[in-house]
Amino acid sequence: MPVARAAKIEVSFTLNGAPVTVRALPMARLLDVLREDLRLTGTKEGCGEGECGACSVFLNGRLVTSCLVPIMQAEGARVETIEGVADQPDVVPIREAFVACNGSQCGICTPGMILATTALLRARPNPAETEVREALAGNLCRCTGYVKIFEAVARAAEARRGAAGGVR
Amino acid sequence: MPAPLIGASVGRKEGQEKTRGAACYVDDMTLPGMLHGVTVRSRVPRGRIRGIRYEGDIPWNEFTIVTARDIPGKNVVTLLTEDQPFLADQFVNHPEEAIVLLAHTDRFLLEEARRHVAFDIDPLPPVFSIEDSLARKAVVWGEDNVMKSFLVEKGKVDDVWARADLVFEGEYETGAQEQLYIEPQGMIAQASPADGVTVWGSLQCPYYVHKALMPLFGLPPDRVRVVQMTTGGGFGGKEEYPSMIGGHAALLSWKAGGRPVKIIYDRAEDMVATTKRHPSRTRHKTALSRDGRLLGMEIDFVVDAGAYVTLSPVVLSRGTIHAAGPYRCDHVRIRSRAVATNAPPHGAFRGFGAPQSIFALERHLDRAARALGLSPEELRRRNLLRQGETTATQQEVLEKINLPSLLDLALEKSEWRRRKEEFAAHNRSGADAVKKGLGLAVFFHGSGFTGSGESYLASVVGAEAGRGGRVTVLAASTEIGQGTNTIFSQIVADALAIPYDWVEVAQPDTSRVPNSGPTVASRTAMIVGKLVETAALGLRDKLRAGGFLGVTYDDRAWAEACDRYLDLHGTLQAQAKYELPPHVKWDDKTYTGAAYGAFGWAVYVAAVSVDTVTYETRVDDFVAVQDIGRVLHPVFAAGQVEGGVAQAIGFALYENVILANGRMVNGKMTNYVMPTSVDLPPIRVFFQEVPYEYGPAGAKGVGELPMDGPAPAILNAIEDALGVSVRKIPALPEVVMEAAGCL
Ligand code: FES
Ligand code: FES
Repeated sequence: MPVARAAKIEVSFTLNGAPVTVRALPMARLLDVLREDLRLTGTKEGCGEGECGACSVFLNGRLVTSCLVPIMQAEGARVETIEGVADQPDVVPIREAFVACNGSQCGICTPGMILATTALLRARPNPAETEVREALAGNLCRCTGYVKIFEAVARAAEARRGAAGGVR
Repeated sequence: MPAPLIGASVGRKEGQEKTRGAACYVDDMTLPGMLHGVTVRSRVPRGRIRGIRYEGDIPWNEFTIVTARDIPGKNVVTLLTEDQPFLADQFVNHPEEAIVLLAHTDRFLLEEARRHVAFDIDPLPPVFSIEDSLARKAVVWGEDNVMKSFLVEKGKVDDVWARADLVFEGEYETGAQEQLYIEPQGMIAQASPADGVTVWGSLQCPYYVHKALMPLFGLPPDRVRVVQMTTGGGFGGKEEYPSMIGGHAALLSWKAGGRPVKIIYDRAEDMVATTKRHPSRTRHKTALSRDGRLLGMEIDFVVDAGAYVTLSPVVLSRGTIHAAGPYRCDHVRIRSRAVATNAPPHGAFRGFGAPQSIFALERHLDRAARALGLSPEELRRRNLLRQGETTATQQEVLEKINLPSLLDLALEKSEWRRRKEEFAAHNRSGADAVKKGLGLAVFFHGSGFTGSGESYLASVVGAEAGRGGRVTVLAASTEIGQGTNTIFSQIVADALAIPYDWVEVAQPDTSRVPNSGPTVASRTAMIVGKLVETAALGLRDKLRAGGFLGVTYDDRAWAEACDRYLDLHGTLQAQAKYELPPHVKWDDKTYTGAAYGAFGWAVYVAAVSVDTVTYETRVDDFVAVQDIGRVLHPVFAAGQVEGGVAQAIGFALYENVILANGRMVNGKMTNYVMPTSVDLPPIRVFFQEVPYEYGPAGAKGVGELPMDGPAPAILNAIEDALGVSVRKIPALPEVVMEAAGCL
């Protein structure tokens, strides 16, 4: 008897604002569905075990590591990836700050860092450095030693606060 | 004349795509009909392969299966020594050695299949440690397990022991370290007799892969093409191993009739199977006068190379040359060996042998100072190399160096004297279980390949002008995060006085770019950058020689000149080829002479707290002062130093590769701990800029230097805090506790 190939299930959710339905194995990771089935490759895999944060996405507005999310959990949820948030008005200054400060070197951690920074600044528009450090502790970066990332977050926070009328 | 870009911190060339998630890394690429590939490994550290069994309820007929038998050309990963096969045939020499490759479209089924390949292997006696290898408990490589040795002799060290006031000895150890780039390794290949071999991948050195794939398939250079995708960090780990993965993917594709095959390692496979930093053991015997002058140094440096030679001879060479540090000493003997063990081969990792030997030296000198009753800074100050003096290899230092001023700046920025007193008082008071300490390290790092290495490489860079005055740099030097694309663009824009946005760096693709050498050895800015400048100026000279461009010109005149030239000639290209500066003379036989065209010089200071209950160490503050010549891009250069210091803090305190029977047993990010954002101190970076004549705009290398100094500075600070001497890294709590006599 050959190994049984598990049956696929249908999962529907909102992805970057638009409804999608995919057929996937029940235990498939949200990360794989995003990257392979939906071809959104901005979400990266660094470890596959919830340690590095490269696979970060927003699930119902909360920052999660998509390598630990079985696709079934996405049913009916709102999923946002870097592709979806990159041009949102409060995210643009974050991206600009990462470029200006060299907070992105090889770039593999960057989408996750941008999302983690977005989550932080939406909750705390004026974070102290210790808060920045804690907020990013789940996102590993091997290139920068984090120094320029902290600078980028500070600069982004300032830019967002300075934005006309304030953002969120 | 536009404002110069060199020395200004312009935006990263690929900044937009990296921050939008649009940059294309190898795993982001898919080709039609693509299969996935996996590697099945030995698990036995050493033995003779008797048979391969394909078991279980697996539809094996659906799989592409490759073994050593299927290799069309030579089964050897061509690099320095022809000892490592792509796929083990008859014998295995380490537990992660590849024996079988499998490909299928279904990744889940593929994993299932991988678990159902079984090997019959008759074990042979292995060795796992430097000591056992040196003692030849089993001979596992060559006649005596020694893959390479060097001897550096300066003066007559045997004569100095008798006249020394102090002869001081010590032994030091460093552990393996995983590069832990956040993007695991991976390659995609498309290969068939009709179309030749093409691989796309995450890699540092396209022409290394190219060189390895030609003999594997018995193909000429123009039938093998290697393309670098956006690469998520390398640090040396993607210097040579991509040849292996590229070969594996290409073998599968070849067997599958040319269907593309993608092999992406997951984190665990990457950590256990790919190369790591060489573990080392160093013995020092040092003769000193009462007033702290270095009279003689005898150094015995040994690294664990793992099962195959790979890059170990060159790692050993660099470690050897850096072993006596930036000090004046007339009598030096350095003996070094790379020995075989039955672990996966150790390989390149930022610093390339120097962090190991410098750790030993800088710990040793601190302890020697203590034994003499001198302060660590004073002992070093009395022996710092000056311009015109010679290193251990008798290289006369021609650069204008001023090490005392680097030392002064580091002491000033770290508030050395004030804090020393404050910490001593704090520790004496006994009120706190947390003890504080301050430590420093003085060191150097040679830029570029060693000795005649750069002239053998004979790197070539091209530049091409297009419509509207656009210029494209053609080089095999890869952007791996360090800023190659940006820095090359700055250099070209300044050399030609054209806008930064007009300059583009071509994707490294061996079918398009010349061989500018590997992206290693802190050589890209200094060596290749200079060639980029020369090639760009070649374009200008051609335009002038043809009467298209005047002596002075503006952007528009440049653009028009290019257009008119192209109308007439079709293309405008120029090349530059490396020539060794006249002062670089090296003798490989005696291991004497100018090992490097230039060095980076540095003094680092660490402030630490050690908890005497848990024996955990924290770095509270870090000062990094260096001379890397002219700083091309201050923010990127600082980024290199900060990132290097962070990795070195991991090397010193946290990152513990646990090898059991040659296998890494903690190959996960959960149990191999690299520094996170809450673990690191402020890293304060300072440059003293002394331009180097042969670098572009006076620049030298920076990539590896920051890896060399932090570990000894931190361990010296631990000794300052506790008064106990820790001589091995990583200085995990149990290591410090043991040194303190509490275990
Ligand atoms: S890949 Fe999900 S946390 Fe690392
Ligand atoms: S920029 Fe390379 S891992 Fe963060």
